[in-house]
Amino acid sequence: MSRRTIIPFGPQHPVLPEPIHLDLVMEDEKVVEAIPSIGFVHRGLEKLVEKKDFIEYIYVAERICGICSFMHGMGYSQAIEQIMNIEVPERALFLRTIWAEFSRIHSHLLWLGLLADAFGFESLFMQSWRVREKVLDIMEETTGGRVIFGSCKIGGVRKDIDTVTLKRIEKILVDLEKEIREIGNVFLNEYTVKSRLVGVGVLSREDAYNLGAVGPMMRASGIAQDMRKLGYGAYPQLDFEPITRTNGDSYDRCAVRIEELFQSIDLIRQAIGKIPEGPVDTKVTGNPDGEAFVRLEQPRGEVVYYVKASGTKFLDRLRVRTPTFANIPALLKMLKGCDYADVPILILTIDPCISCTER
Amino acid sequence: MANKQEIRNITLEELVNSVKELASKGYRLVQMSCTNLGENMQLNYSFDKDYEFINLRLEIPSDTQVQSISDIYWSAVMYENEIHDLFGMKFEGMAMDFKGNLYRTSVKMPFGSC
Repeated sequence: MSRRTIIPFGPQHPVLPEPIHLDLVMEDEKVVEAIPSIGFVHRGLEKLVEKKDFIEYIYVAERICGICSFMHGMGYSQAIEQIMNIEVPERALFLRTIWAEFSRIHSHLLWLGLLADAFGFESLFMQSWRVREKVLDIMEETTGGRVIFGSCKIGGVRKDIDTVTLKRIEKILVDLEKEIREIGNVFLNEYTVKSRLVGVGVLSREDAYNLGAVGPMMRASGIAQDMRKLGYGAYPQLDFEPITRTNGDSYDRCAVRIEELFQSIDLIRQAIGKIPEGPVDTKVTGNPDGEAFVRLEQPRGEVVYYVKASGTKFLDRLRVRTPTFANIPALLKMLKGCDYADVPILILTIDPCISCTER
Repeated sequence: MANKQEIRNITLEELVNSVKELASKGYRLVQMSCTNLGENMQLNYSFDKDYEFINLRLEIPSDTQVQSISDIYWSAVMYENEIHDLFGMKFEGMAMDFKGNLYRTSVKMPFGSC
């Protein structure tokens, strides 16, 4: 009988990107079980709906997370618009889609950099973030903010992007695609990277489905579901298919995210080609009364917004179920039986965003 | 904007059987949430299959013990612990019981007391 030790991992650790705490039960170098402990960044944002009225709350909703901030604002606006039956103008839907896809590109590039850092390839980490700076510059030029945009509001968007800027964005996308192809090549074909990723943390298709994994975790195990197919925003008029892989290991998850980068660039090109002229917002009067469930595809997976209102300017209940919360059970399953050195990589492959998880 | 969405009201006794029926048809658990309605609590269990969204809704007094569904869906453990920590609902038979320590808040059960 070998001895078991318990090693606490997190919330502060040089290689851990997010403040999650895991108690790893180890037998020699293999992890037998992992017991999670979250709650370090719980800010009680769901309770804040009682203090901030529903129009002001969009600013709080955007700050639930720094990386997926635009889509939180978009999901919240969509839920309120669905309750109040507000018709958002077409141009605003396309602008929201363009910003959402840029959000996805910057989030995946950030993740690629962190993954390279987790297995010690620092120069690749720096290169990924350097490419990401181009995206952040576009964001700053069009919305005024690099990370938290503040451009989505109930009834539309706050700012317009004029045609000259859209044409320039198209040119920048060409350079962006070339640079992402170079970085992607290193991630997918380099021998040292592959030896750290292939076969690590395999999640079978049944496990992914039964444990409720969402987003690239689910798609890398072979389940083809992408919430963008539900038809919100401008997606019904854009052409795309969910990207899947079959093996379900960390290499496949990395490959799914890299291919999603190219898919996002293609979606932005299609949206710029099809964007109509028109206003970018509608006036909102009155208070919401009713409830709505809205599902979006964030960079990390499926996010569910539940809003319940009863006619006053303060909402009754806002519930956000973020993708990392749904991926934690899958993480615990993958950690059983892995090597100790693989723990940071496995935590990173679910793309953790603990500030979203705990709100 | 959302595709097919259905909200079904069920009672506490029908909960486990409805969940087993949805599990056997291949639905996956999307989320579980709780709303404080004053004297009662409203629990929402959401399921999805091929973009079709089904929501089971229960309305029960706040001191009821609810049967856990974590033997059917293991991921329900996270949601049940969260609802217990924030709202004070008790779940019976959780596969992994944090006993109130999943979230560290300075006020215990912040949503339940109001």
